[in-house]
Amino acid sequence: MNYNERLSGNEAIAFAMKQIDPDVMAAFPITPSTEIPQYFAQYVADGEVNTEFVPVESEHSSMSACIGAEAAGARAVTATSSAGLALMYEMMYVAASSRLPITLACVNRALTGPININNDHSDSMGIRDAGWIQIYAENNQEAYDNFLQAMPIGEHPSVRLPVMICQDGFITSHALENIVLLDTDSVKAFVGEYQPENYLLKAENPLAIGPYDLGCHYMEHKVQQAEAMKAAKARILEVAAQFEAVTGRKYGLFEAYRMEDAEVALVLIGSSAGTAKVTVDQLRQQGVKAGLIKIRVFRPFPAEELAQALKNVKAVAIMDKAESFSANGGPLFSEVRGALYDLEPRPRTVGYVYGLGGRDITPDHFHGVFDRLRAIADGGELGPVYTHLGQRG
Amino acid sequence: MENERTYHFKKTLEKKERFVGGHRLCAGCGAGIAVRGVLRALREEDRAVVGNATGCLEVSSFLYPYTAYEDSYIHTAFESAGASLSGVEAAYNALKRKGKVKGEVKFITFGGDGGTYDIGFQSLSGAMERGHDLTYVCYDNEAYMNTGIQRSSSTPRFARATTSPVGTVAPGKKQNKKNLTEIIAAHHVPYVAQTTFLGNFRDLYTKAQKAIYTPGPSFLNIMAPCPRGWEYPAEKLPEICKLAVETCVWPLFEVIDGVWHLSYEPKNKRPVEEYLRLQGRFRHMFKPGNEWMIEDVQQNVDENWEKLLAKCQG
Repeated sequence: MNYNERLSGNEAIAFAMKQIDPDVMAAFPITPSTEIPQYFAQYVADGEVNTEFVPVESEHSSMSACIGAEAAGARAVTATSSAGLALMYEMMYVAASSRLPITLACVNRALTGPININNDHSDSMGIRDAGWIQIYAENNQEAYDNFLQAMPIGEHPSVRLPVMICQDGFITSHALENIVLLDTDSVKAFVGEYQPENYLLKAENPLAIGPYDLGCHYMEHKVQQAEAMKAAKARILEVAAQFEAVTGRKYGLFEAYRMEDAEVALVLIGSSAGTAKVTVDQLRQQGVKAGLIKIRVFRPFPAEELAQALKNVKAVAIMDKAESFSANGGPLFSEVRGALYDLEPRPRTVGYVYGLGGRDITPDHFHGVFDRLRAIADGGELGPVYTHLGQRG
Repeated sequence: MENERTYHFKKTLEKKERFVGGHRLCAGCGAGIAVRGVLRALREEDRAVVGNATGCLEVSSFLYPYTAYEDSYIHTAFESAGASLSGVEAAYNALKRKGKVKGEVKFITFGGDGGTYDIGFQSLSGAMERGHDLTYVCYDNEAYMNTGIQRSSSTPRFARATTSPVGTVAPGKKQNKKNLTEIIAAHHVPYVAQTTFLGNFRDLYTKAQKAIYTPGPSFLNIMAPCPRGWEYPAEKLPEICKLAVETCVWPLFEVIDGVWHLSYEPKNKRPVEEYLRLQGRFRHMFKPGNEWMIEDVQQNVDENWEKLLAKCQG
């Protein structure tokens, strides 16, 4: 049964965790994700969950403890942001390659240098190739819904990969919104029990995890991991369909907003989609065939599906809320542009890096981008494909 | 449970091995002896999950697809042995509470001095402070042996290592060895001890047993020589261990609930020179003109011994 509540993004994630009642949570404080373990510690203190809460001394240790717990046969969760995720970097690879379906609530925040606590996607984009499934939310409702889908995706025998559920720091994590929650019994039924095939504490069959792999095995293990990531796409859609059956809320690999006949379109991730949708609506009222693709699943990357969705578009702006310092555009730009390469005719593409360190993006910015796309669509010059948006000067 | 008086060497050897042959550690290596000795202290009916920091032991004892461990085993990274086993122990508590795991399972993790004194120090400290019911065992061979004998904070003063080489202006490592056992004792965990390989292994066995079966976190620091790094013929290992204890370079003691106990007091404390002379890493100390190095080490050992005696008598 669904019911309405007013929660921040962090509260929504903590509440989802409480409803799931995982076996182990290991976490370390960092802004803006720190409220999640705070709320959860209170649930533990009040006996509302049956979870072992491990208040570790660093994020490196929170991921290490989650790996130990998940390997032992438990369901483990954690939450982090920014530098915390960066400190986990080494262990993120260990978690994924050990095929441990840990769930991480990532509250996206800029990486330090200079220190900045506000939102961008440089943290999770920096770790995009660690072998984790990455699912992004536009708002609190999506953050909650995505978190409930994480375990059925990651724990499935065809996948067995860890999952990051990302939301935008402060914009989503600290903003209150009315959201629809599922009752706890329905959550438990939907998420199910964690039933690993092999685990450290299995009495009848001891298990060794984390070997030294010589050249004769390493590549085979990596190929298996890559195959699991490919298989994850189908599982994500399967779980989304099951979720829709329970809640009525529909999810895919991305959201295509007013894309049916779009000639110009944006591709972006996260909370900026709300602002972009307003802009698209305004343009549609003016008769402009504008559309938006909001990426939900970045890993596995929905390349074929994006190509399909964008095949009739004339000009696309791909917008990264992260710098990759490639001198050639952000990671989303590179991958989306690559996905469109074999289309005939091929849409023209430009990349923007925007919103770094919490820099606001407004409908005016998006209107400017669409103006440029329309000019390109009308046969104008492409111009520089790697530019920044929203900076002074 | 056996104690110091009821210990029976032959009986302990009759127990089923939990760290079996076929691993690839060097002949004369202390790490394998430490693991075999510690795991032997488990009750035969108890299960264990063995943890491991990256290092010689890990790359030699779990090469895919072969494991030298009869028990479950987990290695994650160099600096994470304490944290990873914390997670395993937390999982055990949760699953046991939910009736999903039955029987007694003990948690023992091994790290070399690099993974314990240095890069894994924070994770170890965290695990000790949080009070997990686990045993952390350091096999201390006083340098980063796996990567080729680089100095660690455990390497003793004047020892030659590849990143503290002896040169025309450098006498080997300049700094003294970190006293990690004392630092872990300062965490006020229920059981901390220092041991090595001696005679019939009574000291190691009984300390391992106390460490494993004392509820809460425990720490065992085992001097575990390395023939490659210390430069000795394999068969000299027992003699080096014995001299480490007889010179008071590596004293045997326990800290039980904060109270210090000396395990062994040599009747005639031997000069450090006898210990140093057996090892190639100290060879330069015996060159004419370097007598001051040996005097310096002797003075340091004497001071530390007096401090330890005071703690144990206090």
